[in-house]
Amino acid sequence: MSQNFRLDNIGMVDRNKKISFTFNGKKYFGYEGDTIASALIANGVHLVGRSFKYHRPRGFFGVGVDEPYAILQLERNNERDPNIRATEQEIFEGLEVKSVNCWPSVNFDIGAINNFLKIFFPAGFYYKTFMWPPSFWYKIYEPFIRMAAGFGEASIKHDKERYEHKYEYCDLLITGSGPSGLASAYAAAKNGARVILAEDKPRYGGSLLTSDVNIGNQTGVEWSEKIITELKSMSNVIVKNRSQVFGYYDHNMLVMSERIGDHLPKTQKYLPKQRLWYIRAKEVLISSGSIERPLVFGNNDTPGVMLSSAAKEYMKVYGVLVGKKPLIFTNNDSGYETAIEFKKNGVNPLILDTRKEPSSDIINEAKNLGIETKFSYVVVAAKGYKKVKSADIAKISENKKDLSNIENIECDCICVSGFWTPSIHLASQSGNKSEFNEKIDAFIPKKSKQRENTIGSANGKFTLEETINEAFDKGYEVSNKITENNNKVSIPTVVEKKSTEHDKFWCVPLPKGKSYKRFLDFQNDVAVTDIELALREGFRSIEHVKRYTTLGMATDQGKTSNLNGLQLVSDIENKVVPQVGHTTFRPPYTPVSIGAIVGREVGKHSKPTRKSPMHEWHEKNNAVFVDAGVWLRPRYYKQENETLFEASKREAKNVRKNVGVCDVTTLGKIDVKGPDAAEFLNRVYTNAWLKLPVGKARYGVMLREDGIVMDDGTTTRISENHYHMTTTTAQAANVLSHLEYYLQLVWPELNVNVVSTTEQWAGAAIAGPNSRALLMKLFPNTDVSNEALPFMGYKEADLFGIPAKIYRISFSGELAYEVNVESDYGNFMWEKIIEVGKEFQIQPYGTEALSTLRIEMGHVAGSELDGRTIPHDASLEGLVSKKKDFIGKRSLSRSAFTKPDREKIVGVVPLDKTTSIPEGSYIVKDPKAKLPNPKLGHVSASCWSVEYDNPFSLAIIKDGKNMIGQKLFAMSPLKNKTIPVEIVSSHYVDPEGKRVRA
Amino acid sequence: MLYIFCPHCGSRSQNEFAYGGDATVKRPELNKEISDQEWDNFVYLRKSPRGKHLELWHHISGCRQWIKVERDTSTHEIFKTYKADELTE
Repeated sequence: MSQNFRLDNIGMVDRNKKISFTFNGKKYFGYEGDTIASALIANGVHLVGRSFKYHRPRGFFGVGVDEPYAILQLERNNERDPNIRATEQEIFEGLEVKSVNCWPSVNFDIGAINNFLKIFFPAGFYYKTFMWPPSFWYKIYEPFIRMAAGFGEASIKHDKERYEHKYEYCDLLITGSGPSGLASAYAAAKNGARVILAEDKPRYGGSLLTSDVNIGNQTGVEWSEKIITELKSMSNVIVKNRSQVFGYYDHNMLVMSERIGDHLPKTQKYLPKQRLWYIRAKEVLISSGSIERPLVFGNNDTPGVMLSSAAKEYMKVYGVLVGKKPLIFTNNDSGYETAIEFKKNGVNPLILDTRKEPSSDIINEAKNLGIETKFSYVVVAAKGYKKVKSADIAKISENKKDLSNIENIECDCICVSGFWTPSIHLASQSGNKSEFNEKIDAFIPKKSKQRENTIGSANGKFTLEETINEAFDKGYEVSNKITENNNKVSIPTVVEKKSTEHDKFWCVPLPKGKSYKRFLDFQNDVAVTDIELALREGFRSIEHVKRYTTLGMATDQGKTSNLNGLQLVSDIENKVVPQVGHTTFRPPYTPVSIGAIVGREVGKHSKPTRKSPMHEWHEKNNAVFVDAGVWLRPRYYKQENETLFEASKREAKNVRKNVGVCDVTTLGKIDVKGPDAAEFLNRVYTNAWLKLPVGKARYGVMLREDGIVMDDGTTTRISENHYHMTTTTAQAANVLSHLEYYLQLVWPELNVNVVSTTEQWAGAAIAGPNSRALLMKLFPNTDVSNEALPFMGYKEADLFGIPAKIYRISFSGELAYEVNVESDYGNFMWEKIIEVGKEFQIQPYGTEALSTLRIEMGHVAGSELDGRTIPHDASLEGLVSKKKDFIGKRSLSRSAFTKPDREKIVGVVPLDKTTSIPEGSYIVKDPKAKLPNPKLGHVSASCWSVEYDNPFSLAIIKDGKNMIGQKLFAMSPLKNKTIPVEIVSSHYVDPEGKRVRA
Repeated sequence: MLYIFCPHCGSRSQNEFAYGGDATVKRPELNKEISDQEWDNFVYLRKSPRGKHLELWHHISGCRQWIKVERDTSTHEIFKTYKADELTE
């Protein structure tokens, strides 16, 4: 297909590299370096989408990040990428894109009926239309809004692309490589600063790519190429294109997304698709430039109406004509530059200038080229539905209120220029409160809150000479602050055409009897009438007007609409813009893909995985693993076709009958050392610690200051000033922080050190009546008799040549020992235990059997110590010393904790001895009581008692002590179960604790 | 993300630290009789000032020291940081 709108001798795309792509299923071609927008325009395609609310036809309005309309969906290899700006996405071979927000097609869109129903879609229509009846919300309104709203459709498939995060530090970050960015980067880099220069577009140079200027006897393009080449060769400079700095956060942290593979057919090997940079900059220079402001007139959203600067860039960068019969509508000199460019390329434009008799170099040049210009003229309305076909134009009176001489003229595009709006988004995000500049009718940054400065046209400097001078000075000044070097580079001379003042007029009045829609916000379909309505309805704060009308929201963030919206509110309110103020600009400046934000932390990599040294053995022996925090622990060891229930029952039974071994490496371990260690433990734990002899362990409970149990575990006195503390797996990190808090801040006079040794020790719990017999074989040289190693005893021993520590402690309630060896020997220890244990019928057991064993013994764990219980509730009050003070003790005397019917742990057995009670069930007196049924407490843990072969649960219930023997009900509304139960002691098995002491 | 100067390690990103609340709260001495009101003040009641705030941060992924940070709660400006045992101004 021929490209009717491609120019031959202009542009920067590579004519030798032809690229084909499809848009809405149809094949087109462009050249390497084209964006989707430039390639489609070259092919004469202007209809690319439908608008958000009214589904009006949408074309191209801008040429870069300013584009509010042309948002497409990219599809490749069955993957979707929504929210793609056609003006930014470069084409590559095989690219497939399609329109969004239209059905069945962009040419015939049923939703366009909204355009005729527009009286039903006024400002705030969501709030008005979907209010009543309330029951309609869930089933009718919400699905409707979900279908109608939004652009594009996210893929639900796993994204196979790779995204990376990078952290970088620099002296100076410069956002944008236009004249101010290049000049300041050059000045700062030459002065020794470490500089990062970020450019959103593929090409460096910003406005220099399209303006007819001369810097240091070179054209703007030549000069920018020279500067970039030199910057790239410097080791203290990082230059990045296709990289958008989209967010400015606290303490000069900025985030940039680098699109590495988005313009390539396939991501290159060893390269991610996108990279997110977290940049901590000592200083920031914001050189983000400015965006041309639209003029507001009837049907100004028709495809073919676009910014005049965009039309110029399509010609100069892409060699593409946006139309062959252009109408230029301007209130300043910028429109003339576009007109001159058209003329140079053999197209005759017509200029409508709202000003009466302006005069400047540029206007004279246009005159000399023979370009037809009408002064005091405006476009009243664009005509044509899917593309501009003509325009109604008129002479406007001096007071800009009355139209006369209305006539219709033929044209195929309308290039508008309403002067320039500095892009102050990043400055605003940094906390900079902007000020209104009357001279340019726009906000510019005022006083920095962080270490940033805005330069160039983003700072309202609209001549190249001012920009270049300011940028060289600032680049030197900030680099000098950091490097203290004094290498100043000379500032080149600048030659540019002088322009004259712009006209403050921006909104064309409606001719009598006409009700054209005049759009302010092109992305969100906000028209002049919507703002007028919002103000009539009483909205005053600009922040409220924004939310009610959706002006300046979504991905566009008011890039083109913001100032015209403010202007209109000020006009209606008879205020000036600075009185109205502006809304807050929020990051991200442009959309960022979720993939880039997530980075590599996907799936398995979303958190670290901790494995015990015995992990491989567990894997080889059919362990089924469970997540315990970030640890992987064997839940059970599957034999043949066993279920979880069958396997855990077998394992638990074997512990009660013979002997079992369980990997307890994950338990938190903390070394507590120092002359004051005993005193410290005495303050940390609720029970007494001063008299614990060397070689003995003790169970302890620690509280938070509010009296709630924080953690429990055993601590062993290894030597005079050395204790080995264990914590639960889940609380290990918190307990260490807790101990450090008290040692460093509350009692710094205590001479104690704490350090985590969790990863230094591998642990195996050997439990069951045969455990001592097994130990005797494992440690033939050590006396492990009941007298030599009693319950809560500790011994160091030799395990086939390996130093081991034996703690006689028990979680299962059986005669049990925990053997620790250095982690590297963990697997050796485990294999020896299994090997030697064979004759004693040893079996490994997992966390499920472990739970069963502890539940039927009434030993508490995390499900009881759940951050709501005090020692009394878990029947641990016997461990609370009355004599000494400790952390949290004062809280225990609070009235709620001492009331007579305070909750307490009990056992629960179903009357039928067969129905398992779901964890989380409520215990109630009367299951038929009126709702909400007063509950006595909840079931915290359930198991199948292997001792009695029936279900058994633990519950924490009101006045638990006096409830034992009562017949109550366990109710689980979630599982729709009501189970008659009997309350029994929580110590269901071996209540006297004979076995652990056997 | 804040950039916090750890007096032991130097300037580090906020994600290496855990927040620890008001640094001016003093725990009542052990074994001292105090009223419910005093105890509740210590355990539960905290000021939430707008402006300067002396607070604790724990350099949890660094030196594991608790430090004191003087920060403006509305602007996030950090004026000064102190070691745990350093006297604050």
